[in-house]
Amino acid sequence: MINFQYVRANDVADAVRHIATDPTAKFIAGGTNLIDLMKDDVERPSRLIDISRLPLNTVEETTDGGLRIGALVPNSDLAYHPLVQSRYPLLTSAILAGASQQLRNMASTGGNLLQRTRCAYFYDTATPCNKRTPGSGCSAINGLNRIHAILGTSEACIATHPSDMCVALAALDATVHVTGPDGERTIMFADFHRLPGDTPQRDTNLRPNEIITAIALPAPRFVTNYSYLKIRDRLSYAFALVSIAAALELEGGTIADARLALGGVAHKPWRDTGAEAALRGQPANQATFTRAADLLLRDAKGFEHNAFKIDLARRGIARTLTQAANGTPQSQADKKVR
Amino acid sequence: MPSYIGTATSRVDGRAKVTGTAKYAGEFGASDLVYGAVVESTIPKGRIVRIDVSDALRVDGVIDVLTHENRPHMAEAPGAWKDEVAPDVGSPFRPLYDDIVMFNNQPIALVVADEWETARFAASLVRVDYERAAHATDLYAVRDTVRDLQKPFKSSKPRGNASAAYAAAAVRHEAEYYIPIEHHNPMELYASTAVWNGDGKLTVYDKTQGVQNVQRYLCSALGLSSDDVRVMSEFMGGGFGSGLRPQYQVVLATMGALKLQRSVRLVLTRQQMYELCFRPATIERLALGATTDGSLESLTHEAIAVTSHYEEFARDDTTWADGLYTCANTNYSHKVARVDLCTPSDMRAPGATTGVYALESAMDELAVALKLDPIALRLRCYSEREQGEDLPFTSKALRECYREGADAFGWDKRSPEPRSMRDGSELVGWGMATGVWEALQVPITARITLTANGHAEVACATSDIGTGTYTVMAQVTADALGLPIESITVKLGDSTLPQSPVEGGSWIATSIAAAIGTTADAVRAELLRRAQQMPKSQLAGMSPDNVTLTNGKIVSKQNPSHSALIADVMRHGKMDRIVQETTAKPNDIGKYARNTHSAIFAEVKIDEQLGIIRVTRVVSAIAAGRILNTKTGHSQIMGSVVWGIGMALHEETLIDHRFGRIMNANVAEYHMPVNADVHDIKVIFVDERDDIINPLGMKGLGEIGIVGVAAAIANAVYHATGKRVRDLPITLDKLQR
Ligand SMILES: Cc1cc2nc3c(=O)[nH]c(=O)nc-3n(C[C@H](O)[C@H](O)[C@H](O)COP(=O)(O)OP(=O)(O)OC[C@H]3O[C@@H](n4cnc5c(N)ncnc54)[C@H](O)[C@@H]3O)c2cc1C
Ligand code: SF4
Repeated sequence: MINFQYVRANDVADAVRHIATDPTAKFIAGGTNLIDLMKDDVERPSRLIDISRLPLNTVEETTDGGLRIGALVPNSDLAYHPLVQSRYPLLTSAILAGASQQLRNMASTGGNLLQRTRCAYFYDTATPCNKRTPGSGCSAINGLNRIHAILGTSEACIATHPSDMCVALAALDATVHVTGPDGERTIMFADFHRLPGDTPQRDTNLRPNEIITAIALPAPRFVTNYSYLKIRDRLSYAFALVSIAAALELEGGTIADARLALGGVAHKPWRDTGAEAALRGQPANQATFTRAADLLLRDAKGFEHNAFKIDLARRGIARTLTQAANGTPQSQADKKVR
Repeated sequence: MPSYIGTATSRVDGRAKVTGTAKYAGEFGASDLVYGAVVESTIPKGRIVRIDVSDALRVDGVIDVLTHENRPHMAEAPGAWKDEVAPDVGSPFRPLYDDIVMFNNQPIALVVADEWETARFAASLVRVDYERAAHATDLYAVRDTVRDLQKPFKSSKPRGNASAAYAAAAVRHEAEYYIPIEHHNPMELYASTAVWNGDGKLTVYDKTQGVQNVQRYLCSALGLSSDDVRVMSEFMGGGFGSGLRPQYQVVLATMGALKLQRSVRLVLTRQQMYELCFRPATIERLALGATTDGSLESLTHEAIAVTSHYEEFARDDTTWADGLYTCANTNYSHKVARVDLCTPSDMRAPGATTGVYALESAMDELAVALKLDPIALRLRCYSEREQGEDLPFTSKALRECYREGADAFGWDKRSPEPRSMRDGSELVGWGMATGVWEALQVPITARITLTANGHAEVACATSDIGTGTYTVMAQVTADALGLPIESITVKLGDSTLPQSPVEGGSWIATSIAAAIGTTADAVRAELLRRAQQMPKSQLAGMSPDNVTLTNGKIVSKQNPSHSALIADVMRHGKMDRIVQETTAKPNDIGKYARNTHSAIFAEVKIDEQLGIIRVTRVVSAIAAGRILNTKTGHSQIMGSVVWGIGMALHEETLIDHRFGRIMNANVAEYHMPVNADVHDIKVIFVDERDDIINPLGMKGLGEIGIVGVAAAIANAVYHATGKRVRDLPITLDKLQR
């Protein structure tokens, strides 16, 4: 590990001041991703700005009936927060599907959005990787790409965003509140993460001198008919091969509104409003679900080791929509798929 | 007096471990301690053209950087580097010996600094230019370079004519199975602290399964005198075979200490541990021919495993059927293919874990072809004698394993057709397999020091790699001396103690129990001799066999009222202690096959739509003679079953063969079972009386538990889905192929 300076930010303005004056500095929250990256020599920040004690650790109701989640609320606290459990159970479920209890205790809400991909080449400085070293090449395209993306890939990068929580946030229409030298702004969740294109080194549209202060959720919906299903290589503590967040509003047997987002398949949480539109107004049955799945996956493209994900996602989508429609969301404790 | 042997005695070192007073190799200090960090190659094969350490040396706090250019003297002759368990063929790896790179992440420099972080930072500044050579790390890519073993196994001679019998057989099954490279991943990181005691004397705290092996190796490789080096390893956070051979960190730490004449600690990172050793990737071909009633007519088992370019590591994968099934025509062959990786090593039940997985998968496939129940097929072929040498077994309660395991599992309720059992959206599969391992014994020495206050110390240079050696040594000593277990102190893991080979092969518990037995006999004889010197001794004229030690007394067996207090005997003899040391060799029992056996039953539930596999139940019925400690024994088997689940469903070292690099060298991405993957595991020890193998009738439990587990699960997956996956691990995408 390389020596670095350490400062503790006193407040948000102080944090922004620090990051604005030193482009090689990094915020550290829970450290569960950043420290690993530093040990592997992937990140070499000259200075760590500790934001973990900023007063951004509360979950508050907003005037429009939604919630404002501070960027430093630990993943565990968020999952088990009574307001989240009762009003946004999809979010609780997605968080509990991720990592391990110990990691969730450390991981922060803001850090979860900004965690880097798990592509093995990204972590191994002895191999080429465009995301780590732009222009060096993508080792995964013709290499070990079993966990890689099938949607929205580019010639430059086929990595995925590994978060579970973000899949639910995408489905729930969250907004990201950030503060920079020029003040505050909000970013729609769908616009927060980027596709790799020819700049895979940029995961998000957060500017280098901005801090995430909060995630806002609109007034609760989809409290009854939702499910988060995570398909992975062991039954816990593994990143998703494919994960699906589905939420429905039903009127009789008809779908009044729908949300559908996938994890583990793209460089960003993959929400497809076209597929959602195809669900709306349709009967909640297998034919409808399969049609939506096909639509969502219409441009999916597999690589040597991950082509199985396309069919897996198709079946997973139909299954998760069925769970949602039946009001039998996937349990994250019992690993039997409902 | 309670008897401890055979009971569920809790670990005597349990408290030290959970309270943190047990110290591990990387935790020892010294006032002059400095820290090492390893620089590794980033190419799999070639030569170091230039190694520039100037930037590293400029870092504040860096003391030295050792490379092949400036390292201290080391032995040139490959033979000097052969440890007790080194392969016979080849020349062991010599860290920092020269400029040749033989595998990726090979250690090529050691940075020593006054802080560990500094050493690690400086290590990242060492710049290396290489001349690359073409490499290969994929077994399938080098398959056509496969060759016969230069040192073949004794037991592999063919019987009858397997190919003719196969051609003529009524029912046949032939298939190839594949086991990828797997890594041991013990919890404790490999570490060595070489403490400089002045005057060229060193105490080396090392993570190892054999302190005397490491001691001799260091002396021979680095040209040190035996009196100058003491190796200690009192506790070990898991070995599984990875610590049988001395690992490179102990050479580097010791070299650093010699060069700097001060104490050096070197702790490897988890990533670095992936280039120490591994279970070799293996292709196994099975061809089974049978009569329509299920008698085996022909059995061919061929294995091709990877080894390194510099050593021929091979463990017999292919002859395990000889301990299980009768068959007149057999052909076994084990070959190796060389890849540019470090040398593979023993890993829990080496050879059997892989070979029996393939054999027992093939037997299951044969049972399907025969439309025969898998247990019925195995009973049809059941061998009463070992087939290779035609020997009787000292004992073989495998029938009882099948029966008791099947009863506990409820096997009779199995419907034979694949896909015929379900539970809602899940397909249910029931599979079984047989396990077999060796019951080995090795020469080992125990020393007992009995003091007048009724306390005994038992000592041996063996290791406790987490298996419970401390506890079984205490149990056996307590019983033999008639003392409460609290009065026993166990000393091990110190090269200055009485002789022991490495701890592996499931041989230590049995061997050390025998040595403690003979040593306790010697203590008793000496006590009796002294007692008989006392005036009016009640024990006059008795022989050691006529007396026992119990409750601090020597007591006549015939007439328990005749006795002498041990304290009185010692006082009269003006002694404060009795010290005895004896060596127990494997007793000469004549020509017998010595094996442990098992039957494993597994239930899987598989989501029909998504292929998600859950192992909901495993029953493991073990025949291993008399069980010394049912609690630690149970833990050994349970841990083995968990590992078997991992082998079946999760474990695989991923190598990018273009770079010859391991890409999942961490415990997040190298998958092994977590709690959610482990459900109901039932361990049954079947009654197996063995009056031949040794006086206690014991066999050893460290490895038998893993053998066959992966096959039982793979067979259950087939039964659930009708899909046979022959390359491990069985991940859900393979069920969709
Ligand atoms: C072994 C392992 C398994 C895991 N499994 C899963 C899984 O299955 N599913 C899943 O979803 N996640 C998983 N995770 C990832 C985990 O959720 C993330 O590491 C965690 O959420 C990151 O949060 P943190 O607070 O620790 O971030 P840090 O490591 O502190 O920071 C991560 C990045 O975010 C930046 N940052 C942090 N907070 C802010 C802020 N407020 N504003 C601006 N920048 C900020 C930091 O500068 C850094 O670049 C796993 C992690 C590990 C190590
Ligand atoms: S997929 Fe992206 S992160 Fe992975 S090697 Fe290619 S460029 Fe790097």
